[in-house]
Amino acid sequence: MNTAFAELHIDHVSRAFGEHIALRELDLTIKGGEFVALLGPSGCGKSTALNCLAGLLPLTGGQILMDGKRVDTLPPEKRGFGMVFQNYALFPHMSVRRNVAFGLSMRKVARTERERRVDEALRLVQLTDHAAKFPAQLSGGQQQRVAIARAIVLEPRLVLMDEPLSNLDAALRLEMRSEIRRLHQTLGLTTVYVTHDQEEALALADRLVVLRDGLVQQIGSPEEVYAHPANRYVAGFMGYRNLLPVAMSTSDTVTGEGFTLSGVNRDGLTEGAAVAAFRPTDVTVADTEGENTVRAAVEIVEYHGREQAVEARLPGGEALHVRTESRLAPGDEVLFHVPRERVLVFAP
Amino acid sequence: MTVTAPERPSLKHRLAERGVDRTLLLLVPGVLFVVLLFAYPVLYGLQLSFQPAEGGSPFANYSTFFSDPYLADTIWTTLRLAIPAALINVLASIPIAYRLRGRFRGKRFLTTILVVPITLGTVLTAEGLKQYLSPVGWFNRILMALGMDEPMRLVPSWTAVLFSLIITGFPFAFLLTLSYLSGIDPTLEQAAATLGADWRRRFRYITLPLLAPGLAITFCLTFVLAFSVFPSAYLVGLPQGETRVMSIAAYEAAFRDGDYPMGSTIAVIMAVVMLVVIALVLAWRSRLYRGATGGKG
Ligand SMILES: Nc1ncnc2c1ncn2[C@@H]1O[C@H](COP(=O)(O)OP(=O)(O)OP(=O)(O)O)[C@@H](O)[C@H]1O
Ligand SMILES: [Mg+2]
Repeated sequence: MNTAFAELHIDHVSRAFGEHIALRELDLTIKGGEFVALLGPSGCGKSTALNCLAGLLPLTGGQILMDGKRVDTLPPEKRGFGMVFQNYALFPHMSVRRNVAFGLSMRKVARTERERRVDEALRLVQLTDHAAKFPAQLSGGQQQRVAIARAIVLEPRLVLMDEPLSNLDAALRLEMRSEIRRLHQTLGLTTVYVTHDQEEALALADRLVVLRDGLVQQIGSPEEVYAHPANRYVAGFMGYRNLLPVAMSTSDTVTGEGFTLSGVNRDGLTEGAAVAAFRPTDVTVADTEGENTVRAAVEIVEYHGREQAVEARLPGGEALHVRTESRLAPGDEVLFHVPRERVLVFAP
Repeated sequence: MTVTAPERPSLKHRLAERGVDRTLLLLVPGVLFVVLLFAYPVLYGLQLSFQPAEGGSPFANYSTFFSDPYLADTIWTTLRLAIPAALINVLASIPIAYRLRGRFRGKRFLTTILVVPITLGTVLTAEGLKQYLSPVGWFNRILMALGMDEPMRLVPSWTAVLFSLIITGFPFAFLLTLSYLSGIDPTLEQAAATLGADWRRRFRYITLPLLAPGLAITFCLTFVLAFSVFPSAYLVGLPQGETRVMSIAAYEAAFRDGDYPMGSTIAVIMAVVMLVVIALVLAWRSRLYRGATGGKG
């Protein structure tokens, strides 16, 4: 019914709410079968982008082309995209079965065919035993799976998911995460997935789109974005919790208050202010003073099983975040080390 | 060795488990108010209805009412006005409230405009309508200016009474319907749209079923308002004919003929008829889905 597509071109799509521009010139080409994650902090325009794709929000600029044909002029019911809403949006007055069957009835699929496909979808999300229940009688994870079944039973050419896991507890989130990836692969779906959780995005997606204030910061594979963040914001989002204000001294060394670091100059800066970014996990406790060592006073120690999360104070007063297996205690004066290849220097 | 039986929780604790504690005192003023101003008059009227002015069987007034078509027919006369009025109010408010359910400029202005007829009260509305529709009123003057030869005789009439019931009842029904509608999670309709439902089917399969319980309540309330119609039935209607509603019959019995027990009897029958209609509507409502409007997070 819904023919797969080779390429969905989101062509400089913008959306403004009055003066406020929630999405600026999003330009992205999604290939059939791809799993794309839109990632960014709260309020960056992820839902706006998804709703524009679904047709629930009119665009204020740009167009959306599917294999060269415009789809942004179609109403949502004509696009044939499936959507999983953040709050699930299950129809409370219908049983699980009727919820899942709704899209098929709207498309006038014959009864036997409809029953078969509903059964199949319920089996896929392991809800066969709950078919007669109403949404209010289900747990959060089950409701979640009904929402997914309802969207995929139509075999939509594109599945849109808006933070589908954000209301679940940690264990269920992990379980559903693999479930979603599994469905994507077994059904050969094309998926656009919105999340503010970098770990989720890295785990699921073939390609990440990092947004900030409605503006694309970086598009790339999980490896690219994780290892080579395009700027300090993406770095901050990808777990580079230490973003220290520094000044360039040479093209690959920077100085902060009370320390000097060598690193990888990512923005080609030669002088002036910069930001040194590195991950807490890349910091180790050093024995002797040497290259890329900094001295800091341990302030807070959190127990995380094998590791400790340590917040230490640098001479200049900035916080240094460290994750280490060494046992430290508040009040310790400690010498820390960061390998130079793990320090990224960005424009501020 | 002694085994102490598990101690019974204190009385206070056990009462609190059942929701009996000192906060119940907060209900006292309300209960007093209801007893003095509602329960007492109702019970007084009820017992009065069983004490016919001419003596005899306690049910004499009731048998008089049902055996005298001039009285008994007022039930149908009243229902013939109140049911269409309530239906029109509810049915007309659905599409308008549906159209206006989102946020838009001037919504507050519109709701204010709509509340005005409620505050005016039925007497003023009926008076105004009488002037407006009279042979020398604005309505006829406009028609004449447009080339009509003779003024239309619009008041008094059944239609004029119905019209006045709509003027006073519609805003009420509209505001209620609007608030029920805004209680429905808008993402439900969006979800239906992404599943291929156009606006007609979204309304038919999502909004309407979720709205129906609220519509039943709205119907009951506007029905009750219309059922006890008195001023407009008198002022713009035919109080001796087509719009001789029950409240007129009760009024005549009590205050024209001085037969308070008969007046009370008619009032009691009015209450029973209303309760029957409401019970029917609520019985239908209880068969509908009635969970929280809106999706659970
Ligand atoms: N209907 C609206 N009217 C006005 N502003 C809006 C509207 N919807 C969203 N915005 C604004 O657009 C921006 C982006 O909103 P959006 O819902 O896309 O964020 P998001 O990335 O999905 O955030 P979250 O992770 O919190 O869901 C926000 O600043 C928000 O205030
Ligand atoms: Mg959002």
